[in-house]
Amino acid sequence: MHTVTLTKGVPDFREGQVSFDEDGHLERGNTPTVMNPNDKHALRTALQTKVRHGGRLSVMSMGPPGYGDVLGEAMESVYADELYLLSDRELAASDTWATAITIATGLQKLDETPDLVFAGFKTADGETGHTGPQACWCLDWPIITHVIALDVDEDEGTVRAKRLVEGDIEEIETVEAPIPAFVVADPEFEPTYRTAGDRLTLKDLRAETKERAKNHEEHMTTWDHADLNLDPDYIGLDGSPTIVSSVDPIPKAPAEREATMVDPGDEAGMSEVFDAMAAHAGGEQ
Amino acid sequence: MEAPTMTDEHEHYEAVVVGAGPGGAAAAATLARNGVETVVLERGVDAGSKNVTGGLIYAEESAPYTIDGLLPGFREHATERPVTDYYIHNIAGEKVKTFDITQGHERDTEWADAVLRRKMDSWMAERVHELTRETGGGLLTGVKVNGLLRDNNEIVGVTCEELDPIEADFIVAADGVNSELARAAGLMDWEEPEEWFQGVKAVVDMPGDAINERFGIDDDEGEAHLFSGDLYDGVRGGGFLYTNESSLCIGNVFHLDSIVAEEAEVQELLDALLTHPLLAQWLGEEYDEREYSAKLVPDSKKAANPSPHEGRLVLVGDAGGQMQAQGPIIKGMNHAVTAGALAAEAFVEARSRGKPSTAGERYEQRLHDEGVMAKLRPMRYEVASAAGENDITTDLAERLLDSPLGRASVRAADTAGLLGRAYGSPYLASMMPDTKTPYVTLPTIIAEELGTRVADDNTIEPPSLGERIGELTYDTDVGNPHIVLEDDSVAASGAAVTACPVSAEGFGGGCYREETVQSNGDEERVVSLDTQPCVECGTCAVVADTQWEHPRGGKGVEFREG
Repeated sequence: MHTVTLTKGVPDFREGQVSFDEDGHLERGNTPTVMNPNDKHALRTALQTKVRHGGRLSVMSMGPPGYGDVLGEAMESVYADELYLLSDRELAASDTWATAITIATGLQKLDETPDLVFAGFKTADGETGHTGPQACWCLDWPIITHVIALDVDEDEGTVRAKRLVEGDIEEIETVEAPIPAFVVADPEFEPTYRTAGDRLTLKDLRAETKERAKNHEEHMTTWDHADLNLDPDYIGLDGSPTIVSSVDPIPKAPAEREATMVDPGDEAGMSEVFDAMAAHAGGEQ
Repeated sequence: MEAPTMTDEHEHYEAVVVGAGPGGAAAAATLARNGVETVVLERGVDAGSKNVTGGLIYAEESAPYTIDGLLPGFREHATERPVTDYYIHNIAGEKVKTFDITQGHERDTEWADAVLRRKMDSWMAERVHELTRETGGGLLTGVKVNGLLRDNNEIVGVTCEELDPIEADFIVAADGVNSELARAAGLMDWEEPEEWFQGVKAVVDMPGDAINERFGIDDDEGEAHLFSGDLYDGVRGGGFLYTNESSLCIGNVFHLDSIVAEEAEVQELLDALLTHPLLAQWLGEEYDEREYSAKLVPDSKKAANPSPHEGRLVLVGDAGGQMQAQGPIIKGMNHAVTAGALAAEAFVEARSRGKPSTAGERYEQRLHDEGVMAKLRPMRYEVASAAGENDITTDLAERLLDSPLGRASVRAADTAGLLGRAYGSPYLASMMPDTKTPYVTLPTIIAEELGTRVADDNTIEPPSLGERIGELTYDTDVGNPHIVLEDDSVAASGAAVTACPVSAEGFGGGCYREETVQSNGDEERVVSLDTQPCVECGTCAVVADTQWEHPRGGKGVEFREG
C-alpha cells in the first residue's frame, strides 16, 4: 500500500495570528503559515489506512520552500514516511488548475504509483475545493468525496467508502471504486482504532517517527518544474486561466446585541442580572 | 467499516494482563520471556498515574521472584532511596519513645527501597512493552477493561471501554485494590470495612541535601519511620515517613472500620501527624506539598483470596487482596510481583502440558508451595485473633495495661530490651490483634512511661483540603460520573462524608456532603455526591451504598507522584 496525502500551507487565520492592512487586505508577510486545517481530515484517513494496511505514507505539497515546515508537521502528526515538496519560482501564483497539473505530474513521477491519494476538504484561503478533483481528473482516476468511513480490499484492488451524499449528514451511501483512486475525507470522518493490534501499531509508528520528524528535511524530496518536466507556459501564473479582477473586503458584522456592564459589587445591578437570567433558568432562550 | 461491530471473531491474544502495576508487570515480563503472546492494558494515561503507595518495595530473600530479578536495572532507574534505618515512634502527647527496628526490618530482606509510583511504574511499563512487543503483543495505556467476556458462562476474555472485546487463553487481573474483574468474577467484594485499610499520603518536596542534613544520611541512604499512639483520636492505625531522593512520603494507614466508627476526618489525621512536634526536625520551616493522595489497602489476613482464580482468570496483587499489613510489617508490592510471576509460570507450565485451563489451579498451588499465602494469611493470626479479637479479651488487656502493674511491666520489658525486640519480631507482628490495644493503648502507655518530651516547635501549616484537591490533575470526563449513589440516606451513606479523603463535614468542594432538603414541608438530611474531585481510592464503595466503577481510560485523577 502506498498512499499520498496532499496538503497546503495557508495563512493562520486564527485571531491573534492573522494580520490585515487598513483596506482589509491580508498581510501575508505578517501572518504565519500553518497547515490547512481541513487537511487534518485527509491525514487522519491516511493514517488509519496505514495502521490497518501497512505500507508507505507520503505527504505532498506545492509551495515555497517554507512549506517544508508544514510537511514536517504532517510527518509528526501522522507518522509519514516521506515528504515531497513541488517548489520553484515558475510555480508561483498558480491557480487551482495549474496547481492540479503540477500535483498530478508529481504523483506520476513517484517511483511507486500511489494506491490512494487523500486530498483535503478545501483550503482555508481559497475555499474552492477544486485542486484535488482537478488533479484526479488529470490522472483519469476515480474520486470519492465526503468520505466518512473507508475500507480497502487489497486483494480485490478496490476501495469501499461510506460518503455523505451532497455533503448531507442525513444521507449516507456506500460506494466502491477500483484503485488507484482519490479520496476526499469529510470533516465528519473520525478514525477509529478499536483493536489492541491497531493501537499497538500506532504506538510503534509514534516511536519510529519521533526521531524522523526532528530531521524531516532529510526525508523530504524537492522537485522543481524541470524535475517534473513541465513547460512553464502551462504552470504558474502563465498557466493559470483564473483572473482575479478585484477583492472586496468583507465588512465586519455589526454587533447584534447590546451589552450592559455591571460591577459585581453593585448589588442592585447584580440583582437585575439575576432577574434577567432567572427567566431562562429552565433552558428557554 | 469504521463502526465497532460485535461479531464472533474477536481479537485474540494468548494472554491479557489488566493493569501495569508491579503485579501486572511481573506477570507480563514472565509471560513474554516464555514466548507467550501478551497484551497489557492499563487504564491510566501513563503507567503509575493511577497508583499510590506508601511506600516501600521489598525484595525478600525467601521470595522466588523479586522485581529487580525480573526487570534488571529496576533499583537504578525506578526507585528512590534504600531503607538503611528503620524506627518506630510511640507517641503520647508530646512524649515520644523511639525504638530502632532496623534489625527486624532487615530479616528476610534482600533490599527495600522507597518508591514513587509514577516514576516506578512508567519505567517498568517501557521495559514490559519492549518485552511483550517481541511476542506480538505490547502494552497500551488509556484503555480501561470494564468486564469479563463470557461464552456460555465461561470466561473467555475481557471487554473494554475503548476497544472491542479481546479473547485470551489466560487473563491476569492485576487491576488493583478496586479490581472490577475480581468483582465481576465474584472473587472479591466491597462489603466489610473490617477487611480494609485506608492510606492517605502527602508527598512533600524537599531538596536532597536538606534530607541528608535533617536525617543525618548520605545520598545512598534512606530512613523509614512509623508512628503510633494517641495522636489519632483513638483511630486504629499508624503513620509513616519515608525518604525519597528529593521528597518525603508522609502518611497514615488506618483500619477502615475504625475510621467509620470514630467518624474521623482522615485529612485532619494526616495534619495531626504533619504538625506533631516530632516532625519539626525533619520538615523545617518551609512546607511544600507536591501531592495529596489516598488508597484503599486490603488486609490480606482477611481479604487475601485463598483461591484467586476462576476459569481463565487469575488475580494478582491488590486485586487478590495480597497486601500484608501486620504491625510494622507493610508489604504489598513484593507479594504482587511474586504472585504475578507465579501466575505466569503456572500458565506457561499448563500450556506446555496442553492444559492451559489448569493455570489457575497451578497458580493457587504455587502461592501455597512458595509460602506466599502463609505470609498473607498467617495461621498464627487466625488462631490468635480468635482469642484476642473479642470485647472481653480486649477490655481485659486494656485494663491490665493501664493498671500500675501493666505500666510497671512495660517499664520492665524495656529495661530487659524486650520491647525493641518485640517490635522487630515478625512472629509477634503476625499475631497482633486488630484491636485498639497494639495500635493505640500500648504505644501510648509506652510513651507515657518511657518517652521523653519533644520540645521542638512545629510551625508548618499543611494545605487545606480545598487546596489539596486544587493541586491535583484531573480529566473529569464531565457527564460520565463513575460513581452512582444508590442510597442517599445518612444511615446508608453518611460515613462517606468523613471517611472519603476528599470530603469533609461542612466542606463544599469535595465528593460527598450532607445536605438538608425540604420535602413536603419536612426537612431531611441526605448525602449528595459530586465525583469530580474523586481520587479513586474506593473508600465509598465500602462505607457507602454506591455503584462504583473506575472512570474511562485516561480519565479521572492523574497522580504525578503516586
